[in-house]
Amino acid sequence: MNVTEIEEIIARHQEVDGRVSGILGDIQKKYRYLPEEALRLVSKKLGIPLTQLYGVATFYAAFSLSPKGEHLISVCHGTACHIRGAVQLSEILEKKLQIKEGETTKDGKFTLEAVRCLGCCSLAPVISIDGKTFGRLKPEDIPGVIAGWKERDNCDA
Amino acid sequence: MMPDLSSLCRKGLEALYPDKVKITVGRATCGRASGAEEVYQALLAEVKERGLDCTVATTGCLGFCQEEPLVCVQFPGKPRYVYSRVRPELVKEIIVGVINQNMPRKRLLGKVFEDEVLITGEKVKMDDRSGDRSLAENPFYLPQVKVATRNCGYIDPGSIAEYVARGGYLALQKALAQTPEEIIQEVLESGLRGRGGGGFPTGKKWDFARKSPGGVKYVICNADEGDPGAYMDRSILEGDPHTVLEGMTIGGYAIGAHTGIIYCRAEYPLAVATLREAIKQAEENGFLGDDIFGSGFSFRIEIVEGRGAFVCGEETALIASIEGKMGEPSPRPPFPAERGLWGKPTNINNVETWANIPPIIMKGGKWFAGMGTENSKGTKVFALVGDIKNNGLVEVPMGTTLRQIIYDIGGGTGVFDFKAVQTGGPSGGCIPASLIDLPVDYEELTKAGAIMGSGGMVVMNEHACMVDVARFFITFTQDESCGKCLPCREGTRQMLELLNKICAGKAEMPDLELLENLALAIKDAALCGLGQTAPSPVLSTLKYFREEYEAHIREKFCPSGVCRELFELTIAEEACRGCGRCAEVCPQQAITGQRKQPYRLDQDRCIRCRACLNTCRHKAIKVVPPRR
Amino acid sequence: MNLTIDGKTVPVIDETTVLEVAQREGIWIPTFCHHPGLPPYGACRLCVVEVKAGGRPGLAASCTLPVADGLVIETNSPRVQRSRRILLQLLLAVTPGSAVVKELAEKMGVNTTPFEINEQENHCALCGLCVRVCNQVGAHAIGFAFRGTRRRVTPPFGKPAADCVGCRACASVCPTGDVKFTEKGDRLFGENWGADLSLARCSSCGRLFTTEYLFNHVKTKLGPDYSAAKLCPTCRRRSTANVMTGSYLGKVR
Repeated sequence: MNVTEIEEIIARHQEVDGRVSGILGDIQKKYRYLPEEALRLVSKKLGIPLTQLYGVATFYAAFSLSPKGEHLISVCHGTACHIRGAVQLSEILEKKLQIKEGETTKDGKFTLEAVRCLGCCSLAPVISIDGKTFGRLKPEDIPGVIAGWKERDNCDA
Repeated sequence: MMPDLSSLCRKGLEALYPDKVKITVGRATCGRASGAEEVYQALLAEVKERGLDCTVATTGCLGFCQEEPLVCVQFPGKPRYVYSRVRPELVKEIIVGVINQNMPRKRLLGKVFEDEVLITGEKVKMDDRSGDRSLAENPFYLPQVKVATRNCGYIDPGSIAEYVARGGYLALQKALAQTPEEIIQEVLESGLRGRGGGGFPTGKKWDFARKSPGGVKYVICNADEGDPGAYMDRSILEGDPHTVLEGMTIGGYAIGAHTGIIYCRAEYPLAVATLREAIKQAEENGFLGDDIFGSGFSFRIEIVEGRGAFVCGEETALIASIEGKMGEPSPRPPFPAERGLWGKPTNINNVETWANIPPIIMKGGKWFAGMGTENSKGTKVFALVGDIKNNGLVEVPMGTTLRQIIYDIGGGTGVFDFKAVQTGGPSGGCIPASLIDLPVDYEELTKAGAIMGSGGMVVMNEHACMVDVARFFITFTQDESCGKCLPCREGTRQMLELLNKICAGKAEMPDLELLENLALAIKDAALCGLGQTAPSPVLSTLKYFREEYEAHIREKFCPSGVCRELFELTIAEEACRGCGRCAEVCPQQAITGQRKQPYRLDQDRCIRCRACLNTCRHKAIKVVPPRR
Repeated sequence: MNLTIDGKTVPVIDETTVLEVAQREGIWIPTFCHHPGLPPYGACRLCVVEVKAGGRPGLAASCTLPVADGLVIETNSPRVQRSRRILLQLLLAVTPGSAVVKELAEKMGVNTTPFEINEQENHCALCGLCVRVCNQVGAHAIGFAFRGTRRRVTPPFGKPAADCVGCRACASVCPTGDVKFTEKGDRLFGENWGADLSLARCSSCGRLFTTEYLFNHVKTKLGPDYSAAKLCPTCRRRSTANVMTGSYLGKVR
């Protein structure tokens, strides 16, 4: 974590409404988590008790206190996805990545998380990887989707 | 600056109906999830490669989400072709069709012969009614009346000009020439009620906020659409962002606020980006800012992103979240209209409610009140999803029956029997098949033990276990409870314990009574709306499907075949036609047999994944109690 | 302004909530997360009453229910009793060892709980009194973190509370006795918060009487007029008395 970077993020957010959310959101985006030192700095600069920031950081699902993987796989567990087999998708993803929902692979590549509803209910069941949504999935589609994403990653690198 | 409606309108019409071929791709989230981006890129590439003089444009979602990606092709002055489930392969055929002026019939969903502009009542006719089927006569669209979603799938959400060309911002101009009281009167007359959950009359809410003393006031758009199974707000934000901005500006003028805040959930990145661009364009063109339309009224809109907490859909929690705190609800009264954001009078409505405001102002409250039932006026958008043939967003007048929605529009549940429809998300309930003729409005749904909520309708067939559905929702609320009040935090924890016991076949009959009493106590005693309605999925399934709970407890049997420890699957020989599909999908090779002979299922290999159950069109796979 | 509570119409004098009016009238309503010195919170819901007329009908927590003219309240209706009993059963399951909860439950005729009992060592019922009093004191050493059933009271990052001043207000308001402080030598340990503070010794009698932090804090707050001598309350009283007696005797002479 770099103090200047955090200070820049704070300076960028001069709005009153939603300022804390905006600052923490940008920090999360940049580092894929909220470093403790960053929260301490925000607390000092904004004059907001650290207890409040820690509460916010642990309350909202989008924030995390430990680094998330390079790629975020979100399995939608909305109602439509649930009745159309989201549980089976989760099981196969957990097996494939050898982690549980909420965890990150050892190599730091993938984080698997359960989300409440991606709002693509008509294409249930759906998952999203780094914001790209895949719909009408069957358990047997999962290996291909993951492989495709890994391949893309290699191309980018 | 003074907005120039007429030149924007001209520009918009040129973009909507250019004098060359226009190909439009639905690029909202459901389109993208179905491959719209690949289709869009393929179209751009083909057009470039062949040096065609045609426009490739973007639009939002036409509502028929399962048929995405949708591609429209429009020759100047001719009916518009609408193609469904377009793949890059079909793109070539479409382009060839454009060149030869002979469009393919493959995947043609229908043709559009006329565009109606709801706000102005104008109709854009395209000649040549002959030939292909009209899209408007497709059973999915026929009964629909589009008010809140009137522009979704018609305009480019990134173009303010196209919005204006369809009557956008005329309502704002009209409203700013009226007094705030006149506007509130109009909204009261419309009978519009909150589309986000509670169904409180919008006009009354505005009136409270207007009459609340204070110089600084706020209007908020609740775009924290958290109900699983509902996504109409996302679709409106992605497809027609200006209607929300226009509605909020009118609301701000009516209650005396100069700041509007859109609280949008983090899971909707495309909606946030679309809104940001729309706000920018509205500011550049003078629809937001100082002295709008020379009225002396100033208004600004900002976006605050939610960070993933369902409870923030509750008004007071949403306010706490904007203030940079944990999203904990606080007791009402005081209501936000008296003491809201930063302690100032605040009016909160959800996306769909705001989207209804411009048409109400333009066409009058009486027009809106002419649709619907006695106490539920206008139209409502429903997300029709789950085990149903036609998935998508449908907007129908209030009072339309479940049968019309599920069978006429939705096309029914296929070979499997319709069992229940869940409305209202985690705060709602399951309505059984016996109430299929229920007219859908606020009162009737509440009477049936469900709620309107934000309009999610998850259809379930005979393979859905109602105890499991209740457990799904309690898992949800337990996880999303803020944890502040005892009944919601500890009560949902204990409800979940009991439901887990029932689903595992470890419960006794007194547990059922305890579950019911606990549910009633939580409903009565919890602090906020989320907590008070958390038991609804349990209470409604107990009301209509008690025998299913009892089967789990007394017989240790899950009749729908969901709770894994409580059932086995077998193949009924007399029903099996020997097609072999079940064997193909079985991941365990537990099903064996010869074609045209009854197949057999090996219980020891079966993991009860239900792949065969959902595949067999002859219903030969049966759910039976487990051997013990 | 008048309210009707349990059939009796009573005036509102300076109360702001229904609970305050009921308490003035001597009507017993069980409370758990309420403290008269702190702003109303409404978390435990034990104080629910039934609104019969004059407001939104149904149950409401009396500690946060504002007084309003014409409100008709029943504090012990069957509906209230049913909810309260379940709430107490839930509370018994969370904090099985608490004498306060047991006593409240017995008063309502609840002796056991049908619910799964919390087997953990921590029997905090998350009433929030400690957090609220800590904020009121201005220390902000502890707060709520996480949500739902994972919610807990903790210093930031679960690390020793760096901002704890050792006032022990949290321990004094905790209804379950879960918050504990111990003294060891001249150190004060806030066990739940990992706080470790040095105690101040009275320069006169040698007794340990407060934390160094608080002593210095008060000294800065009161300014230069305040005697800098480090005295415990007893010795300070004696010293003040001596000064006053001296000056009095001086005047008499």
